[in-house]
This record gives sequence, structure tokens and C-alpha cells, in this order.
Amino acid sequence: MSRAPDAWSAVRGHPWRLLTSAWPWRSLAYLATSAPIGLATLVVLATTLLLGAATVVVVVGVAVLAGIPLLTGLLGVLERRRLALVRPRPATGTSLGERLRAGRRVPVSWAEVGYAVLLSGLLWPVDALVLIVLLSLPAVLLLAPWLRTTDEMNVFGWHLDTALDGVLGFAAGVLALVLAAYLITLLAAAQGALARLLLDPQEARLAAAVAELRRSRIDLVDAFETERRRIERDLHDGAQQRLVALTMTLGRAELEVPEGEGQTLVRAARRQAELALEELRGTVRGIHPRVLVDHGLAAAVHELADRSSVPVTVDITLPDRLPAPVEAAAYFVVSEALTNVSRHSRARRAEVHAWQRDGRLVVTVVDDGVGGADETAGSGLVGLRIRLDALGGRLQVHSPDGGPTEVRMECPCLVG
Amino acid sequence: MPGRLRIVLAEDAALLREGLVGILEKAGHEVVAAVGDAEALLAYVAHARPDTVVTDIRMPPDHSVEGLRAAAAIRADHPEIAIMVLSAYVADAYVAELLDSAPGGGIGYLLKDRVGHVREFLDSLDRVADGETVVDPQVVRQLLGRRRDDGPLASLTDREREVLALMAEGRTNGAIAEALVVSEAAVRKHVGGIFAKLRLDPGTDRRVSAVLAYLRG
Repeated sequence: MSRAPDAWSAVRGHPWRLLTSAWPWRSLAYLATSAPIGLATLVVLATTLLLGAATVVVVVGVAVLAGIPLLTGLLGVLERRRLALVRPRPATGTSLGERLRAGRRVPVSWAEVGYAVLLSGLLWPVDALVLIVLLSLPAVLLLAPWLRTTDEMNVFGWHLDTALDGVLGFAAGVLALVLAAYLITLLAAAQGALARLLLDPQEARLAAAVAELRRSRIDLVDAFETERRRIERDLHDGAQQRLVALTMTLGRAELEVPEGEGQTLVRAARRQAELALEELRGTVRGIHPRVLVDHGLAAAVHELADRSSVPVTVDITLPDRLPAPVEAAAYFVVSEALTNVSRHSRARRAEVHAWQRDGRLVVTVVDDGVGGADETAGSGLVGLRIRLDALGGRLQVHSPDGGPTEVRMECPCLVG
Repeated sequence: MPGRLRIVLAEDAALLREGLVGILEKAGHEVVAAVGDAEALLAYVAHARPDTVVTDIRMPPDHSVEGLRAAAAIRADHPEIAIMVLSAYVADAYVAELLDSAPGGGIGYLLKDRVGHVREFLDSLDRVADGETVVDPQVVRQLLGRRRDDGPLASLTDREREVLALMAEGRTNGAIAEALVVSEAAVRKHVGGIFAKLRLDPGTDRRVSAVLAYLRG
């Protein structure tokens, strides 16, 4: 058995291995069978077309013509089987019985119709011609030592008379045979690839699988967002409320306790509760900023700019609110970028721009700092890149040494 | 001083609601109703006609900005009622939304933590009941940090910005003079400068308009 996985790999592999493998023989079988099948298809298709066209006035013709996809579908079933000759893992598809039972309920596969037209109109005559030439020439040459004695022999203007001519002719025949084996395998491989391209529903299945994966990734991002929202709500309704209640109680106690060490301690306790509250507020903002939900991206980014230690100019022109996952991704990109500006860039100022173009949200954060930012070095941008990826967006960091640094994200405004 | 206020309180967390009622009643105010959502708040305001409303922002059913929407509705229907909004957020978008509602009585935006400073909180409440605008100092501090290159605010001097920030906190000229250690006449001059630079119409409450301009940037 051959070691190359298919005819194409065999052609590209070691020449000796090809000649000793089964691939030339399989290819020969593939091309040889395509002639009768192609001819039969031509006859059936032509007959159906003529019959349909002739009877189309009495409506019957429409039904006859509508049968063509069923016929090409059946051809598809047969051809997918035949592909096993040149490909060990042939195209998958419905079996003959399934296809017959399904009848016209399956959608018309124009690829199958196209393949039928191609096979009946072009492939089979080419295959037949190539086979006749490639097989007859070596055969004649190989028989040269005998043929020259019985008949006058002339191959492409070469008269073979002497015994030497006969031997040379035989040698040329061997060469021609090797060449034929190559060409036949090559043609079969090419034709097999074409058939697979047109007949293999695998491609469609892959596309469906990719779409499914994309959807599930968006679901994942959504789930992530929902979870953050839940945590924020839990903190707001739980720990935050209790801390506020604590500051209130301590505030009231402060008024009741007579001046002295007791009151100082109560005041210190209240101050500590306030600090805890402030810290918690910062944490909650990092998890899920409420202002983003209530007032949208522009307001939330303005707030980030207000908090930044580096002066930030914000220019955001968005006509409408964006889907929540897109808003969140954009917000966290700006948040992370501004954090990096404050920490590493030594910038004197930064600018945030956001606009919509062709249904995509574009956000840029630019500073006038020293540049040389390494986005892979433990930066939060890595996680954001993954998140944007799931939304079909992308994130670019352009930060040459000496600056300036530009963080740019783009993301489709519609999710799903 | 406004004296004893008739207050309707809206706060969905029972713990905080009770705490607030305790503080307000201890201060001698009358809490005519303490409710847990915006719908009940609007019903009681229409029914009991309080002179002051104290409300949380985030309440049932959506836990979003129900308190702000209720405040806008109250201002539209009963402009004479003073409104104090208590919030968990420093973001100025909320303040801007609150101040954007129809003109009327006093209005205030305080962080909930502020209630723990009981005297300060009660003082702010009195000022709002008196018709003033009070914005939480922490929100004002955050705004003060903002630097802008364009718009009328860019033309203000540093001193004028300081004065404006204190105005936003609801301080009188006298209090501002005390805080900045300058004379009250100097403060009046700065206030006049702010009004002129922001091109505020003398027919309106220019103090509130200036704060609004400040918050909107």
C-alpha cells in the first residue's frame, strides 16, 4: 500500500516511490471511469433538458427541469464515492438511499449542478483524450523492437528501421511510460481536488462550525458581562449598604458621645468605615462601572479622564448607545490605556477619541509620552484583546521608542 | 434657617432608610413618609405635599436611575419642593442629569457617605430646603481636577475656578471668603468675573447657572 496520503502528495513525493505506489494505477482507474460516467451524465442531462424545454408549455416541463438538481445530486453521491480512488478520506455526504428519500426536499446545490455540467461537458472528453495519448504513445514505443520488423514505423517523424532504432524506441517508451504515470496522477489529483471542492459539504459544515464557535464566544463574553453585573449588584446591595449604614450609625454615635477620647475613637471609626467604602467604590467601578450602564460610554470615559493624573482631552461623538459588551470593551480599553499612560508613559497629556464609521466603533487613546510600551508584559490589554477578538474587533498598540503611544481599538457595533 | 422640615424619604435598603429616619427625626424634622421605591415616592409627594424630598438614585424595579427620574418628575409637577439626592456614585453625569431637570426649589447631590457627617448633612439639607444648590465636595473635587482647553471655562483664572468650585458645594460668598482667606468683596469680584466670562443671563439664577455650566464643562 502507498505511504503518501493522497495522489497529490504522491506526485510531490519521491519519484521512485510514486512509480512503485498504487497511485498511478488508482489515478488511471479514476480517469478511465470518468469517461463513461461523464458521457452518461451528458446524455441524461441533455435528454432531460430537451424533454423539459419541449414540455414546458404544458407545465410538465417545469417538473422535469426541476428534477435536474435531483439527478445532479445522485451524480454527486456517486462521484463522492469515486473520489476514494484518489483520496483516502473522500468527501463526505449523504448516501444514495438518503439522497433518494430526501428527493426534492433538500435545497438545490448549485455546486453539484455545476460539477455535473463540468464533468459532462469538459472533464470527461479531456480525460479520454489524455488517456488515449498518454497510454498509446508508450505502448507503441515499447513495442518498437517488434513493430519495426512487421510494419513501417514512424513516430513523430522518427523512422524506426534498424535494430538499434528498436532498442532506442523501447527505451523512449519506458521514459514515456514514467512520464505518463506522472501526468495521469497529476491530472487525477487536480480533478479530484476540483470534485472535492464542489461536492464536499465539509466546507459548509466547517463554515457552520466557525459561526457556531463565534456565537458561543460572544455568549461567553455576555456571560462574563452578566456575571460582573451580578457581582456589582451583590456588592452594592450587600457590603456597600452595610458600610453606609455603619458610617451613619457611627455619625449618630459621634453626636451622642460626650466630647473626649470616646468621641475621638468613634470619629476615627467612622473615618475608617468611610475609607473602606471609598476603596470598595473603586473596586466596584473596576468590576462594572454603573455610570457606563446608566449614562453610556461618553459619560463613563469623561469620568475616567477626570480621575486620571495626566490631563486628558476627551472627544467622543456617538449617535446612539452601543451594545453593552461593546461599550464595556471600549470602556475597559480606555481605562487600561489611561492607567498605563499614568504609570509608564511620563506623558504630559493624553487624548481619547471615539467615533463610529461604517458600523464600527473606533476608539483611540494617544499620549505624548516616551513610548516603548510592551503590551505583552503583564498588561491588562492582553485580556482585552481576547475579549475584543470574541466580538470580532481588534486592538492595536503602536508605541515606538521615544513615543508617542497610540492604543487603537476597532469593533463592529452590532454583536452576533 | 428653614426649621422643621416635612420630608418624604425614598430609599430601598431598609437598613439605611431606618438610619436616615432616625437622623432626620432626631434633628427635629418630620418624616411624613419613608418609602422603598420611586413610584411610592411620587404618590406620597402628590398626596402629602412635603417641602423636601430625600431620595436614593438606584431603586426598584430596575435598580438604575429611578431616583433621578422621580426627581425630574417632581420638579416638573411641584417645582417648589426641594430635592436632596443621595448617591453611591461620584460620577458627574448623574449630577448633570439632576441639575438639567426643570428649574425650581433647592437641589442637592450628596454621596451617601456624607450622611455619616451628621451635622454637615443636616446643614446641607437645610441649605437645599432654603433653595440653594449643593453638590458633594468629592464630586466637586473631581471636577476641579479636570483640565480643559476649550469652552468658556478655559477662560477662568485659577482663583475663579476655586470660587466656582466652592459655589458648586453650595457655599455663600461669606463662607467662600472664609475658606479662601480673602475678603467677601474680593469673592464678589470673582463671582462677577465668573458670571461675565460665562455670559450668564442676569435674569436667571446665575449662581445655579454657573454651577451648571461648570458641571457640563
